[in-house]
Amino acid sequence: MKIVVTVKQVPDPNATQGLESDNTIARDREVVLDPGDEYGIEEGLVLKEAQGGEVILVSMGPERARDAIRKGLSMGADRGILITDEQLAGADALLTAKALAAAIKAESPDLVICATESYDGSTGMVPPMLAELLDMPQLTTAKQVEVSGSKVTIHRQTEDGYQVVEAETPALVTVTAGIAEPRYASLKGIMAARSKEVKQVGLSDLGIEKGEAAETVLAVNDAEARQAGEVVEDDGSVGVEKIMAVLQTAKVV
Amino acid sequence: MDFQLTDEQAAVRELCRDFAREVVAPAAEKLDREHEFPYDIVRRMGEMGLFGLPFGEQYGGAGGDFLAYCLAVEEIARADAGVGITLEAAVSLGAAPIHDFGTEEQKSELLPDLLAGRRLWAFGLTEPEAGSDAGATRTRAELSGTEWVINGAKQFITNSGTRISAGVTITALTGPREISAILVPAGSPGYHILEPYRKLGWHSSDTHPLAFDGCRVPEANLLGKRGGGYGQFLHTLTGGRIAIGAHSVGLAQACLDAALAYAQERKAFGKAITQFQAVQFKLADMAMEIELARTLVWRAATGYMRAPESSGEVRKLAAMAKLYASETAKRCADQAVQIHGGYGFIEDYPVARYWRDVKINEIGEGTSEVQRMLIAREIGAG
Ligand SMILES: Cc1cc2nc3c(=O)[nH]c(=O)nc-3n(C[C@H](O)[C@H](O)[C@H](O)COP(=O)(O)OP(=O)(O)OC[C@H]3O[C@@H](n4cnc5c(N)ncnc54)[C@H](O)[C@@H]3O)c2cc1C
Ligand SMILES: Cc1cc2nc3c(=O)[nH]c(=O)nc-3n(C[C@H](O)[C@H](O)[C@H](O)COP(=O)(O)OP(=O)(O)OC[C@H]3O[C@@H](n4cnc5c(N)ncnc54)[C@H](O)[C@@H]3O)c2cc1C
Repeated sequence: MKIVVTVKQVPDPNATQGLESDNTIARDREVVLDPGDEYGIEEGLVLKEAQGGEVILVSMGPERARDAIRKGLSMGADRGILITDEQLAGADALLTAKALAAAIKAESPDLVICATESYDGSTGMVPPMLAELLDMPQLTTAKQVEVSGSKVTIHRQTEDGYQVVEAETPALVTVTAGIAEPRYASLKGIMAARSKEVKQVGLSDLGIEKGEAAETVLAVNDAEARQAGEVVEDDGSVGVEKIMAVLQTAKVV
Repeated sequence: MDFQLTDEQAAVRELCRDFAREVVAPAAEKLDREHEFPYDIVRRMGEMGLFGLPFGEQYGGAGGDFLAYCLAVEEIARADAGVGITLEAAVSLGAAPIHDFGTEEQKSELLPDLLAGRRLWAFGLTEPEAGSDAGATRTRAELSGTEWVINGAKQFITNSGTRISAGVTITALTGPREISAILVPAGSPGYHILEPYRKLGWHSSDTHPLAFDGCRVPEANLLGKRGGGYGQFLHTLTGGRIAIGAHSVGLAQACLDAALAYAQERKAFGKAITQFQAVQFKLADMAMEIELARTLVWRAATGYMRAPESSGEVRKLAAMAKLYASETAKRCADQAVQIHGGYGFIEDYPVARYWRDVKINEIGEGTSEVQRMLIAREIGAG
């Protein structure tokens, strides 16, 4: 089974975040493999270990996004494709999806695994666009994935449980954090990653053009500050009633 | 000159940083409080390959380099100094002498388990009457038939008494002024591991006094050349000191991390205390000294990688790295507690633990005084 996992490099969630003047996410700081994509890699590796095959990591980003691919390779993925091109700087979700789709199409995978949304941009639009462009069925927010023959079945996370959804491969699956605990790389894995292939491609290699941006961020506003809560002092007599009244107004009881 | 890490070194650091933050740090408070040895963490570090990091693949090592190993020690010690020293002692004092001086048989018998972290090996140099003056060893080993018969005692031996401790390399007199190194497997007749110490810090690490009471081991357990023990341990301590430097940098960094985070939250006189210049300057000094200490460790580590036969120059750099980093860590721990005010004296905050843990870094693997003596000698003073 040939599995492609998309991986994005994002600003380190453990460091302070910021925006550039054009509202793109500041990238002049520590960057890491998106923690969400580590789940995708883990699921890809689990499926490969069970069924054999190959896990290919595809990332779009600047030169140093190669580090995100390396990390996945040291976890056990087989090879990587880095899409990098000056014209892609500040790409919106559609251009990102087009670039990823072109690189992935050339591999004809049985399964494409993405995270549900990225840690930084977090539009959640890339995977659905990618599925359309690849003409694959999409199975979203999976907390469990099974592949048997040419059928892929997932448990799709919902608010109050899960749905069982299936499709024919090739298909695209987005996974949630609950799916599997990502493994730590091993030192042997890190050393082995040295000799694994990371192919670098640009827009012209993929045969796509930048075109007009489909999406522009007009403004970024702070979330409204949360109102201070109401403090109910229990003077020994009216505390409980007051609390019940507050809870009833809030319709939680 | 370029201070960039290689891809592999950077990957090792990232891996260890993640593991330390996600697995080691959350367990540290309990291990410290209950004086518990971290068997589960050691097993996982073993599976990741940390115990075999700087060794070749022939005996199950990961084929990394010495600087990568120092980065691993720094990151683990940053989360828990006791776990950090368990790794450092197992690699630099336990496995390294066997790797560097062992025969083919000794290496193929012992190293696979040690490099996988399944078993730990200890290094017994210090004695009740021979600490800084390690050449004053009193423990004796005499050949009787085809066995060494060992009598004596060792003091403060790390990793000697865990469930997975496989043995200890000791220095012993094998003749007049002739010090040799001998491998003593756990379970050898007459080898006694005594009750653990009640330590001030490093509570998650394992330290025992050892007694040798007519202890018998095969003649083939001699490590390296007969009479070569002194030179061997000088060599072993050179690598060990650089790694202790890295351990100290990790501890110092933990102090800065905690102090900065606390200072940003804590308010006094209506502002965050980071607004006070007296606090800012403490934090700035900590950050600068940590960077200096780290740079010195990296410099010593790269020197050691190029000249593992430990030239005088490398021995000097190793002493400087160990000395400067441990004293930096001590100052950082002190200031971190100071920045926490009264809360820093309370065990609910990790800086209290850092403060207890850091003192031994100025003592173990050669005291600060001994490092200054070594540096003075190498620069031609005395
Ligand atoms: C305010 C703001 C600022 C932004 N600044 C930047 C910026 O500086 N740089 C930037 O790159 N984007 C930036 N973006 C996001 C950008 O506009 C696109 O949305 C982005 O290229 C992809 O969308 P996403 O990150 O929301 O992906 P999502 O659709 O949330 O991603 C879901 C999954 O798709 C896959 N995926 C997404 N992008 C990639 C990729 N590049 N390579 C491989 N796999 C991928 C991953 O598996 C990911 O987890 C910003 C978005 C906003 C709203
Ligand atoms: C937790 C812990 C773990 C340890 N692990 C190990 C281990 O695994 N293996 C091992 O072999 N040892 C180990 N040690 C021992 C450690 O290396 C020694 O404690 C250290 O080398 C100092 O020796 P000492 O305690 O005998 O002090 P002493 O040598 O008695 O020194 C006492 C004081 O006198 C000073 N001093 C001594 N000589 C001079 C001099 N010539 N000039 C100026 N000042 C001098 C010293 O600097 C020190 O301040 C460990 C110790 C501890 C506490």
